[in-house]
Amino acid sequence: MSYKGKFRVWRGDSEGGDLKDYEVEVNEGEVVLDVIHRLQATQAPDLAVRWNCKAGKCGSCSAEINGMPKLMCMCRMNTFEEDEVVTVTPMRTFPVMRDLVTDVSYNYQKAREIPAFTPPADLKPGEYRMQQVDVERSQEFRKCIECFLCQDTCHVIRDHEENKESFSGPRFLMRIAELDMHPLDAADRQHEAQEQHGLGFCNITKCCTEVCPEHIKITDNALIPMKERVVDRKYDPIVWLGNKIRRRGA
Amino acid sequence: MTELERHSYDVVVIGAGGAGLRAAIEAREQGKRTAIVCKSLFGKAHTVMAEGGCAAAMGNANSNDNWQVHYRDTMRGGKFLNNWRMAELHAQEAPDRVWELETYGALFDRTPDGRISQRNFGGHTYPRLAHVGDRTGLELIRTLQQKIVSLQQEDFQATGDYEANLKVYAECTVTELLKDGDAISGAFGYWRESGRFILFDAPAVVLATGGVGKSFKVTSNSWEYTGDGHALAMRAGATLINMEFIQFHPTGMVWPPSVKGILVTESVRGDGGVLKNSEGKRFMFEYVPDVFRAQYAETEDEADRWYKDPDNNRRPPELLPRDEVARAINSEVKAGRGTPHGGVFLDVSTRLPAEEITRRLPSMHHQFKELADVDITAEPMEVGPTCHYVMGGVEVDPDTAQSVVPGLFAAGEVAGGMHGSNRLGGNSLSDLLVFGRRAGMGAATYVDQLGSERPKIAEADIDAAAAEALAPFELEGGENPYTIHTELQQSMNDLVGIIRKEEEMERALAKLAEYRGRIAKMTVEGHRQFNPGWHLALDLRNMLTVSECVAKAALQRQESRGGHTRDDFPGMNADWRKLLLVCSLDTDGGVNVVRKDQIPMRDDLLELFELDELKKYLTEEELPAT
Repeated sequence: MSYKGKFRVWRGDSEGGDLKDYEVEVNEGEVVLDVIHRLQATQAPDLAVRWNCKAGKCGSCSAEINGMPKLMCMCRMNTFEEDEVVTVTPMRTFPVMRDLVTDVSYNYQKAREIPAFTPPADLKPGEYRMQQVDVERSQEFRKCIECFLCQDTCHVIRDHEENKESFSGPRFLMRIAELDMHPLDAADRQHEAQEQHGLGFCNITKCCTEVCPEHIKITDNALIPMKERVVDRKYDPIVWLGNKIRRRGA
Repeated sequence: MTELERHSYDVVVIGAGGAGLRAAIEAREQGKRTAIVCKSLFGKAHTVMAEGGCAAAMGNANSNDNWQVHYRDTMRGGKFLNNWRMAELHAQEAPDRVWELETYGALFDRTPDGRISQRNFGGHTYPRLAHVGDRTGLELIRTLQQKIVSLQQEDFQATGDYEANLKVYAECTVTELLKDGDAISGAFGYWRESGRFILFDAPAVVLATGGVGKSFKVTSNSWEYTGDGHALAMRAGATLINMEFIQFHPTGMVWPPSVKGILVTESVRGDGGVLKNSEGKRFMFEYVPDVFRAQYAETEDEADRWYKDPDNNRRPPELLPRDEVARAINSEVKAGRGTPHGGVFLDVSTRLPAEEITRRLPSMHHQFKELADVDITAEPMEVGPTCHYVMGGVEVDPDTAQSVVPGLFAAGEVAGGMHGSNRLGGNSLSDLLVFGRRAGMGAATYVDQLGSERPKIAEADIDAAAAEALAPFELEGGENPYTIHTELQQSMNDLVGIIRKEEEMERALAKLAEYRGRIAKMTVEGHRQFNPGWHLALDLRNMLTVSECVAKAALQRQESRGGHTRDDFPGMNADWRKLLLVCSLDTDGGVNVVRKDQIPMRDDLLELFELDELKKYLTEEELPAT
């Protein structure tokens, strides 16, 4: 069942690089990451690649396979024809460090800019009471393995470095939605979603949902409801009036 | 003089899984400047792989549960070899540690009255595991990660710098601990990206590096599990205990090769799945040991009735303890009755309707569908034992988590003693939280006691550590580290695996001696920037040291207990229960194993057990006077 597969892997670093062709053994039942590992062990011992669990649970081995953002450990070789060239390139939205490894620090920066969970001040540990139906909405978003494929595919930042400062990307807008829907979170999330994290940039093309390996409905369940909450408040006549009066008083 | 970047901290935590993050949170909250150093990106540690849950006697699902019951279950699970003080602290403190996670933002599954739901698991008397579906580990690590971020936000408010008091050094590997006299003075390592060296000047180091599974061919562990903390501790003069005890989970995937070793949850059997050999026979009925004979069904009919009527029927033998099932599968395969890919069949497709399977076992259905092209609602799975967890680790003081080396602490899987000879499912996540916090506290207290008398780093030690790290680049024409690693894994799997024999372990030790020579002469190609060959070469030294500990300790222990099965000594022996095997390094880098008496259990803890039960484990002299 073994055959010689044709691979084209991007090799290089921040200075530049290009696609390099390899012929490498492929065995029955393997995934792209197995073949990349065989390349390392036999022909390219210094090929840089990030990976960890190899079971789709840690979100480390993100790359673009024939142009599609995917986890290499969940991409089976039998989805390709034996004579098909498999092209593996690093995620395009983030700066390349080396070969398939990119600098994803943008994501960690954005994570830091979202104020942490804020429980009610007088609630003691052990006294938290929440209903299953109420935690389920946020639980869906907490399935996120932080592979950053949604960030990679999002056109707002994919070829627009200039938007990175004002846009946090689907992963972190979803994190804000998660906190906003947390039954016990006491902080105001809606204003910051729009003003600090660029929720308005999102025009719900659902590309993020399509590439999510955890099948989280990012657009439908996090981003759209968050947009609705922002709009509800912004155009709520009573809130509007309240803001006017307060501003006048000040 | 070696060129490197230098940083000064009060506490350096190595490892960013559950134990490391919890330790760092504690040290920072105690006012200590803390660094976390980890081999992967922040948030990717092996803790994400934990599925079942976190054991804590909160009594939400059954109000009869309390720490004493949890303590008893843990000691029984470890066949009484556990460090009883650790098991006591663990059972007492686990509920507070879980409730604390809710204040950090964790969202566990709920009971109907809104509290944290708890599930049943092997060896636990009552439903005890706090969980989030089958992704509890991910919830735990993300929650701790977000707590770290919130502490950094506090520091930002106060100082304008997120990283003023707590910084994560991700994709950075520590290769050596440094000492001033007897005490820890710092840690030396390199950035995986650039290969540049980095030095941490710190009087306290917490090891939280996890396990050693990558020394075995078939494992559920990731590449990070190369025994780094175990080996670093030994090179710094600390001791390891219980290294002969390795948990092999009976059901790992065996096909396709890419996922060999990945876990198949115990719930498959709990929900009715049965094990069959290539002849279609439910072989587990042949493997019920005498001590369990009374509790397990003798016919398939009786076993099948148990699922609906557990009060009037005995349990199916598929639900024997993990070590028994793993050994049975091993025997069937060795006898030539295995599947085409060297496992046995685990079949749930003929036992439950398809929709029931997808409802009860969604992640297993998804895992087999996506990775093996197997529809578990229509066909059997192929499974076999997989190396899962090391019970052994750094010998520590139970209350402070400090090793015998002043300033060196250890928590989580890298620490030894808590689980004795066998860990119960669910006790790992709670272990991380309880002892992660204690290690952070222990380190902070230690730093306070030092005052201004901080150990100093010697320049010569830095140069030596740098030379050691660069050694694989120095030679030419030597072997590729991947080849040696593959052979080491095969040897450990075949010769010090699930069933052990004196003659095979002797052979393993001879092999390990041979690898030692080859590792000293291996070569690495390319340069220092993100070079996986070099990284493996450095990790390989650690795997070799740890493998020697496992093989030498296993050869000495002449009994079978928990995660250590001797073909030539099949029974449990109370005289051996009293003994710990303590591993240390001698001056030429070889592993020494010495015997040490266990500290007798405190009387009030002993009184938690019936005399008849104690008689199964303790020697005549150890039993309480009646």
